[in-house]
Amino acid sequence: MIMPLPPDPGELPARGRLGAWLARRVDTWARTARHPLFWVGAREMAGVSIGLTAWAFMTGVAMVKSGMSITESVLMSLLVFAGSAQLAAIPLIAADAPLWVVLAAAFCVNLRFVVFSLHLRPYFMHLPRFKRLYLGYFTGDVTYVLFTRRFPRPPETEGQRRAQGSYLWGGNVTNWVFWQSLSMLGIFLGAALPSRWGLEFAGTLALLAVACSMVTTRLRALSAITAAAAAVVLFGLPYRLNIVAAIAVAVAISLYAEPRPPAAGDDAGARDA
Amino acid sequence: MHELDGWTLLAILGMTAISVITRGFFFISEREWTLPEWAQRGLQYAPIAALTAVIAPDILLTEGVVGAVLRDARTWGALAAAGFYFWRRRGSYVMPAAIAVGMAVFLPLRVGLGW
Repeated sequence: MIMPLPPDPGELPARGRLGAWLARRVDTWARTARHPLFWVGAREMAGVSIGLTAWAFMTGVAMVKSGMSITESVLMSLLVFAGSAQLAAIPLIAADAPLWVVLAAAFCVNLRFVVFSLHLRPYFMHLPRFKRLYLGYFTGDVTYVLFTRRFPRPPETEGQRRAQGSYLWGGNVTNWVFWQSLSMLGIFLGAALPSRWGLEFAGTLALLAVACSMVTTRLRALSAITAAAAAVVLFGLPYRLNIVAAIAVAVAISLYAEPRPPAAGDDAGARDA
Repeated sequence: MHELDGWTLLAILGMTAISVITRGFFFISEREWTLPEWAQRGLQYAPIAALTAVIAPDILLTEGVVGAVLRDARTWGALAAAGFYFWRRRGSYVMPAAIAVGMAVFLPLRVGLGW
């Protein structure tokens, strides 16, 4: 059941306007959270989150063990909210690489989200721009996969829009709470463990596991091996430029090695990148 | 423990912007548009390249040069994790399990043998 709001009180002083805005926000949230699909999304996400918790924990440990302070690690976890990009940036930050190299590496690791956003565009375009970006920011890998699996088609009616939005928020809220709490646990426990154990290596292994999961075609394996070799060979470059150079070399070689003319199924391949 | 370095803060804010931009890349403009064809194909190869470019030096290099790779806990930990992943890639929770296997090989070699 949806509780009606009291009638519009007309002109309000500044504090009243803020209160009315807050009341509307709370009401919108309550409507989303009361939708049955919100809880379906939350439950399905919770099942997958058990695996993600280990991940979040390791990201927390890796951040604090690479020499970042607890404050910096907590801020990074809360604001950046992108595990693999954080893990990739941590060693670069620790090595004092220039800012643009850190950002370029984070951008490349996050490129998969660009592909997701192309896929999600017809689902989100009915929202105003700020809400689209807000919803996009909170939609991680797993919620994206679960969402597009449950809803193969974009919404057409208002009811479908509410249903899809509720399901997605159910997954997003669950994901965020699991991720952030385990990441915090990793930060605070990690700070208490001895550095001699080299626990930050768990972050490297975490990235290695993601890389393994991305080896779905021969060309991607070629890209992975080329980039690894180039990054080691070019390690002498200043400012950790070896990362950027290795990515450019690997992508160029993989594009060059593609069979041509490009097959019609190319687009489908890009989708699941 | 609690200090906040200005440069690191800048990196964190920049990475936050990257998160917002990449996750909302095609939501920014109202107009229908797509990337050029070569860039769309390139998107398939860049993320995995970025990951291996970051981790390969972390696994193979010691102070900037290829060290005694066979007497290095990192090599065996990484091999164990990747091997486990490809052995059990259809299973559930294979990623956290692969990390755990890698650490189970790495920690005794590092703490016990000092490799």
